[in-house]
Amino acid sequence: MSGGVTTARERRARRAEERATAFSLMRNLALREIRAEYKRTVLGRVWSLLNPVAQIAIFSLVFGLLLRLPVPTGTNSEIHFFPLWIGIGVITWAYVSGSISGGMSSLLANQGLLTKVYFERSVLVVSSIVANTTTYLTELVVLVLITALIGGPAVLLYVPLLVPLLALTIAFVIGLSLMLSVALVYFRDLQHLWAIFTQIWMYASGVMFPVALVQQAQDQLASEGVLVDGQPLPLVTIFELNPTERILAAFRNIIYDYAVPSLDTWLYIGVWAFGLLVIGTLVFRRFSRNVVEEL
Amino acid sequence: MTEPAIVVDGVSKSFRVYQERNQSIKAAVLRRGRSRYTDFHALQDVSFEIPKGSTFGLLGRNGSGKSTLLKVMARILNPDAGSITMDGRVAAMLEVGSGFHPELSGRENVYLNGAILGMRKDEIDAKFDRIVEFSGVGDFIDQPVKNYSSGMYVRLGFSVSIHVEPDILLVDEVLAVGDMDFQEKCMEKFAQFRDQGRTVVVVSHGLEQMRSFCDQAAWLDHGVVQDVGPARRIVDEYADSSHAAKPVDGGGMRFGTGEIAVERIELLARDGGDPDGLQTGDGMLMRAHYRAHETIERPVLGVSIGTREGIHVWGTHGFDAGWVPERIEPGTGTIDIRIDGLPLLPGMYDVSTVIQDFRRTVIYDSLQRGASFTLQRGERDNAGGIVALDVAFGGLDPEQPIVPLSRLR
Repeated sequence: MSGGVTTARERRARRAEERATAFSLMRNLALREIRAEYKRTVLGRVWSLLNPVAQIAIFSLVFGLLLRLPVPTGTNSEIHFFPLWIGIGVITWAYVSGSISGGMSSLLANQGLLTKVYFERSVLVVSSIVANTTTYLTELVVLVLITALIGGPAVLLYVPLLVPLLALTIAFVIGLSLMLSVALVYFRDLQHLWAIFTQIWMYASGVMFPVALVQQAQDQLASEGVLVDGQPLPLVTIFELNPTERILAAFRNIIYDYAVPSLDTWLYIGVWAFGLLVIGTLVFRRFSRNVVEEL
Repeated sequence: MTEPAIVVDGVSKSFRVYQERNQSIKAAVLRRGRSRYTDFHALQDVSFEIPKGSTFGLLGRNGSGKSTLLKVMARILNPDAGSITMDGRVAAMLEVGSGFHPELSGRENVYLNGAILGMRKDEIDAKFDRIVEFSGVGDFIDQPVKNYSSGMYVRLGFSVSIHVEPDILLVDEVLAVGDMDFQEKCMEKFAQFRDQGRTVVVVSHGLEQMRSFCDQAAWLDHGVVQDVGPARRIVDEYADSSHAAKPVDGGGMRFGTGEIAVERIELLARDGGDPDGLQTGDGMLMRAHYRAHETIERPVLGVSIGTREGIHVWGTHGFDAGWVPERIEPGTGTIDIRIDGLPLLPGMYDVSTVIQDFRRTVIYDSLQRGASFTLQRGERDNAGGIVALDVAFGGLDPEQPIVPLSRLR
């Protein structure tokens, strides 16, 4: 090339190369996180399974045994097993919230890198989520295997549906994390605020109780005369506006019910996922340029 | 070879210096989103071109904007105005071992660090053996890097960086890495870069290094380009300007960053007595009275002697003498430099001291002509010059009688 004049083809080639290096970097950073996480622990990777098992046990005891929550029956699978039902929710929620908080703090956590090397900044956010996703995938495999033992191998017919659902979940999480990661650099309070919000969000996502319980509350309030314009308080509708509630419900639909989530659910999750991904990317592009100065 | 590799065109960059940083929501709400700050202009309308295949130095005082400019070139910082056009693949070496994870093995870290610096896996695969060999970590490559000595750690990081083999390499003060052997290897590698037509941009405080290493240089002061041109000329200009030092009360001139300073140089006879009447060949004790304003890690003290006419006669520093204290705590104290014999001709001499950091990139204090002494005529007599050498004439061939000493006086 001469005199700094670059042709469109050269520009395209350079951009393709940049994409390739960004991808390779993403892979390496994700590997770093995965490899380093359980280094020097006796049990190593087993921890990534023990953790959710312990959570499932605790939630099953508290909500299944002590509080006697109604155990949903799988529509097609006829499964009637609270620990499995709550397990899908707990593990998926842990993945979603863990990925968001990890992705969100990834810029701050890698200050040293950001101030010393140039690379596509979003790689940090994405690689952190990719690392979380691989852990989630192993957990998901275990969940499906347990489901197959309890409810029969028919679950395997529905497993392919997990691919698009997980893809939408990842898009949702990446979009939100991209936005939050730059916001956190400018407002460090966000970290603590987000921790509180996550608590509320967990309950609002129905991790440990089924929609039926919300329906019950709605009916009871209506029978007690709490009405809005002559209609019962639309608790269920509000509950289902929450995209993560829909995501958890869709995962349970596939694994616990052996059913295909409704088109309405797919569309709703899809709109949220793509919306957040687009907005997140735009926000990140706009604000990440000067992020180094704020570190 | 006049084609530019880098075109810096009207680049400006300013930073907000906050009186109170607005990083909490409460502060933002209270001040309704505005926070008090002043603009610090790190770079102001900087323009120059760096020719392809050249080794280009950026010099200037601390805070002159040279590191900021390097970071803008490396795309780490975004310019407020202007643009930088780079022709070719760029790699920045602002730090060695970026992203190294202590728990991971050297091998894993090479791949990680390589990816961070923009290499793809197949590329690292191909260069892996060379990287390990260059670093000299050998069998340790499969050990976690937390088990490495600091030297090994840095060498491995440096080795990865240098094997990126970009068209344009940006280097910040990382030349002084490892032991002498390793530094030599690095210089060789940089020379090789130049031969291959790659462009190297260096930021350094080491003026001598700049003079010998770079062929072009730019001098920045307060974010403004003072001059661009051949490295030798620019380094001299810069040295002259930065040595425009302040006169000191007790005589002499002083410059430097001032964390530690030699307040006074005391000259004594070798036994610690009165230095009056020193003769050629006598020993001398120089006592530097210093005051440190903070803890200085591994300060390197240098001493030099010059004639009144300004001829540099002799100089040495702690590195050469093998004497570098681990640290100097805040406060005052003294350092002795003992000279067993002064093989100098009679005359007036000045003593200067300098205190630098361990990498000898920062001058904390340079006291020029802080003390002086006069040497009297001694037993040995030399006719001219500066130094008194032991001489013996003889071996006249074919032989002739020699005039007796008594007739010469």
